[in-house]
Amino acid sequence: MKDIKYTILSNEALTRDVYRMVLEGDTSECIRPGQFIEIRIPGRYLRRPISICDYEEGKLTIIYKVVGEGTMDMSTWKAGQSLEALCALGNGYDISAAPDQPVVTGGGVGVPPMYALTKALLAAGKHPRVALGFNTKDEIFYEEEFKALGVPVSVTTVDGSYGTRGFVTSVLGDADYAFCCGPEPMLKAVHQSVHGGQFSFETRMGCGFGACMGCSRKMKSGYKRICKDGPIFPWEDIQW
Amino acid sequence: MVDISTNLSGIHLDNPVIPASGTFGFGREFWDLYDLDVLGSISFKGTTVEERYGNPLPRIAECPQGMINSVGLQNPGIDEVIRHEIPELARHFHKPLIANVSGFKVSEYVALAEKMDRVPEVGILEVNVSCPNVHGGGMAFGTSCENVAEVTREVKKVTQKPVYIKLSPNVTDIVSIAKAAEEAGADGLSLINTLLGMRIDIQRRQPVIANKMGGFSGPAIFPVAVRMVYQVSHAVQIPVIGMGGVSSARDVIEMMMAGASAVQVGAANLVDPYACKKIVEELPILCEKLRITALHDIIGCVS
Repeated sequence: MKDIKYTILSNEALTRDVYRMVLEGDTSECIRPGQFIEIRIPGRYLRRPISICDYEEGKLTIIYKVVGEGTMDMSTWKAGQSLEALCALGNGYDISAAPDQPVVTGGGVGVPPMYALTKALLAAGKHPRVALGFNTKDEIFYEEEFKALGVPVSVTTVDGSYGTRGFVTSVLGDADYAFCCGPEPMLKAVHQSVHGGQFSFETRMGCGFGACMGCSRKMKSGYKRICKDGPIFPWEDIQW
Repeated sequence: MVDISTNLSGIHLDNPVIPASGTFGFGREFWDLYDLDVLGSISFKGTTVEERYGNPLPRIAECPQGMINSVGLQNPGIDEVIRHEIPELARHFHKPLIANVSGFKVSEYVALAEKMDRVPEVGILEVNVSCPNVHGGGMAFGTSCENVAEVTREVKKVTQKPVYIKLSPNVTDIVSIAKAAEEAGADGLSLINTLLGMRIDIQRRQPVIANKMGGFSGPAIFPVAVRMVYQVSHAVQIPVIGMGGVSSARDVIEMMMAGASAVQVGAANLVDPYACKKIVEELPILCEKLRITALHDIIGCVS
């Protein structure tokens, strides 16, 4: 983890309330997909934890949803401005533990980290397929970006306005091993449909780096800090 | 060359900056970031007799210039702390530690003090009678003069180490409680713990925090802390460790002018993991600007 100053290269709306921000700066601490950064918002006390969508040397992409005042502030930031963030936080996904054909599932703003994950799985010679879940057609983002990676992509919408009607679980088929990021009801549904995988959890955090114990969750192996021991936990360790 | 050292009950501190209990764990998250030996001391995570998980999630709410937490004293219990956490921390920090302990009845405070008394790395025992996050627990002691006096007396009987009582600001008259602790034999006082606070999610019409209320900390409470440190330190003869929203070298100096012999830094560690290190580095520079040659000269200089 480092406290890093980034320059905003772009900050654009992907849907009505979901934005993509590309940052230029030190990414040497990004070691795995599924990690996150904690962004300082001028005038607000706590930093905001946002998952990393993609990273390469010197460049970081995040996708965030405007859900409160802090993310509303972020949506007004312009290219050329700078920001401070702790990078990178959390354990990230363990690619080496994946079978040859895992299913990669993302729901809503749980979709972004699955992009770097899918790229990493492909780079490791695996053959993932992707299932993305959204509420409605107008909330969909990144379908084309995933397709451009050359992987099979299924999209579900809760209201049936695009793709398959329902939740991502309706397109999992006989999948046995899932990578998953999304709201907790989705994690639970996917967790119960498969027999192995890695699941990313989210909650309100204090520090984001393991000091305050503000985000401890009970796992089978004991109480774990979502920010530091997670946010990714193996299928075997999760209890509901 | 500015002298920024200070002293707590005969224990020399290279500087007055101490990470506050509950914001620094047992140092593990910080020792890779900077050399912990730059700190004056460390008040480690509040320790109880038994292991505690704490309160349900969410435990954190943001406030203007501050935050509310309802962690609820999550810790591995004193035996594990002594066996594992303190020795690990002592490999990275080579000065006397402040052992923060919390009980739910007098006998637990006594048991905690007896065990910490035998730990050579512990320089000061900080007895928390003021955690707002445990039902029927810490807070009940901290809000009555009789209880604070009893805990102080009983703990003093079983330890040779200096005993500092950590006081709650959620009381009608903090000065009378401070005096009760002093008369019962306390060697010093730590104040303030968090203010009891609450936030409501106006869309869900529910408290943000699962436990409804929690401890409010951060720069927003700094003026309350300065006022209480000023009132208490001028009413007692024993040293006071000042805390509550301290975030910069200027805050440290203000707190010491109010009467604090040393200063703890809490929430600031959570928003900037390098906060304490930066404060230690800024202190001599700011002292020079203010023409302070020895930091201990300014303790309680505001009458």
